[in-house]
Parts: sequence; structure tokens; C-alpha cells
Amino acid sequence: VRPSLTSPASTALSEAPGLAQIFSAFAKIGLTSFGGGLSGWMMLEFVQVRRWLSETEFLSGLALAQAFPGVNVVNLSIWIGFRLRGGRGALVAALGMIIPPVLTAMLLAALFSELAHAPTVHIMLAGIAAAAVGLSLQMGLRAAWRAATGTMPILIIVITFAAIFIAGLPLIWVVGAMAPLSVLLAYLRLRRQGDAS
Amino acid sequence: MTSGSALWDLFAVFAPLSFLTVGGGQSVVADIHRQAVESYGWMTDAQFLDIFALSRITPGPGSLLVTLVGWQVRGVLGALVASFAIFVPSTVLVYTLARVWQRYNGRLWIRAIETGLTPVAAGMILAASCTILRAAEGGAWAWGVAILSTALLLRTRISPFILLGGGALIFLVALR
Repeated sequence: VRPSLTSPASTALSEAPGLAQIFSAFAKIGLTSFGGGLSGWMMLEFVQVRRWLSETEFLSGLALAQAFPGVNVVNLSIWIGFRLRGGRGALVAALGMIIPPVLTAMLLAALFSELAHAPTVHIMLAGIAAAAVGLSLQMGLRAAWRAATGTMPILIIVITFAAIFIAGLPLIWVVGAMAPLSVLLAYLRLRRQGDAS
Repeated sequence: MTSGSALWDLFAVFAPLSFLTVGGGQSVVADIHRQAVESYGWMTDAQFLDIFALSRITPGPGSLLVTLVGWQVRGVLGALVASFAIFVPSTVLVYTLARVWQRYNGRLWIRAIETGLTPVAAGMILAASCTILRAAEGGAWAWGVAILSTALLLRTRISPFILLGGGALIFLVALR
């Protein structure tokens, strides 16, 4: 019988992969990703192609990875690795995501220092940096759009922005004050909504 | 400054930032810039922007800027110490939290943390973007390229690769 996309067999998860397989899969994503959109790529690779985990498992991991401190792609790697092979799976997945790109960055830095005095290279890098700001700017705008659900969240966005960019305060002070306040406000709001419904 | 204290400085700067990184790692760029250029004098504005650009053309998890700052300060050893400091502390925290999370999933306080961190993260990411642009070379060209690239990313499914290449090309034609 030919398997089809709708057959139950094709939606079943495959067997949990070995540690070497986990490492190479994460290293591949780490090394071929430029700029962003990484979580979409990880979902395609691990859920649709390799069938290592279900879409629901992946999406709950994505929410966690974004809610907590750390680079969200690395957080997501830890979550998926943990699901696949426990603590050792988490370690191997994070190492696969971090080590190959770190080595690439060091290699580029070594090569780049030879080129640094070439004005053409310098101008091109400045142009790349300006375009790359667009990547974080659109991410910030999307995050702001998603977060701006009421007066208080909007105030928190504006105060955080102004404290860092205009007042030039150290990040740790700003976040140390704004994060607990914002979480408390969210808690009160969610509890009120819970009472209302 | 002895080499040992330079390595310690790298660790002391980046380990706390490890816990403040939210999202793709862009949120701490403003603070890395403040510490590397103003507080410690590890490099000039121009050097910082070179490194920032280099970190964006390197594949991988967006925080490689830190690896490159370490490299600038103390070579291979500096790069390794800085990478360790930015990745490991938050990793250990998230691993611990992943286990707690599985147990209490869906509780009110968990949803409050998720919801409450979003506006703070948004403000941080926007401030980081503007800080980079304020220090950028090319003045109005830098703002123009950044705004164009933002608009394209919001409106189309364009590959970031094409945007980065386009930025390099525009600067080459306009400023050389």
C-alpha cells in the first residue's frame, strides 16, 4: 500500500533520534540560518520533515522559549532536545546550535581583520548593518503590535523604550524595574478577566 | 590591564546580559554597545559597527556579536569566554524552568509571565534598533536603508539575504 499524506501512518511520529543525529540536525539549522525566521524553519524540519515531535509539542515549546530569558532559538533547541532525549538531548541540541556558528564567527573575524582597512569592505559592512537593523526593527514592531492590548502595556513599551534610548539608563535597571511591574499588571488583568468570564 | 582581568571583565559584562536577552538577542545590543565602547573602551564606535555587521552576516543564533566582542578584546580565549558567559547562564535557567513549566502549564501566573514580558521585550528591541542607527555611519542613508528594509520585511516574504546584500550595494553606490 502506498503511503499517502492523509494516512495515519504518515502522521505518526518517527522513533526518537540518537544524540549524534540530534547534534547534526541542529548544527545544520545553526549553520544555514541567516538573519531570522529560524523558528519557522525549525518547525518545518523537526515537525513536518523529520516528525520528531508533534506540532502541539513544538508550539508550546516556542511559547516557552520566547517567554524566558536567553536567545529564543537556543531556548527552543533545549526544549526540543529535552523532549527527544532528556537532559543529554537538551545539551547536545544546544551545543549543535551554538558551537558551529561560534567557530564560523571566529573564522570570519580572523579573515575580516585582514580586510578591515579596505574602505570598500567597510562601506559594505555599514550598509549590511543598516539593512540588518530592519530585521530587529520589524521584530520590535511586531512584538509591540502584539503587546499593545491596552493602556498599561503601551505605557510599559514607551517607558522601557525611553529609559533605554533617550535616558540611556543601564538595561539591567530598566528591566529590573519594568519586568516585575509588567508581570504583576498582567497577573491582575488576567485574574480580573478570569473573574469576569 | 592584565590579560586575566580582561577575561574576567568579559565574563562580568556578558553573564548578567545572558539573563536579560529576550527574543533573538537584539534586545541587549544597546547595552553591549554602551559597555564595550563607553564603559570599558574596548573599541571605537566604528569598530563596534563593523563587528555588528559581521555578526549579522554570520549564520546562527544572533548573539554572535558577543563572540566577536570577545575576539576583539582577547582573541580566541576572549571569544570563548564571552560566548560561554552569554549562552550558559540563561541555558541552565531555561533548562530548569522547562521542567517546572511542564508541571504547571496553563496556570495563571505562568500566563502572566508570558503576557507581562512581551511589552518590556518590545520596548527593549525597539530601543536597541534605534541605538544602532544613532551610531551608524551613513547618516540619513542608514535610516533610509533601515526603514526600507523594515517595510519590506513587514509587507513581503523577502529573504533577509537579499536585504543585507541590497544594503551593501546601496551604500557602495551612494557613499563610495
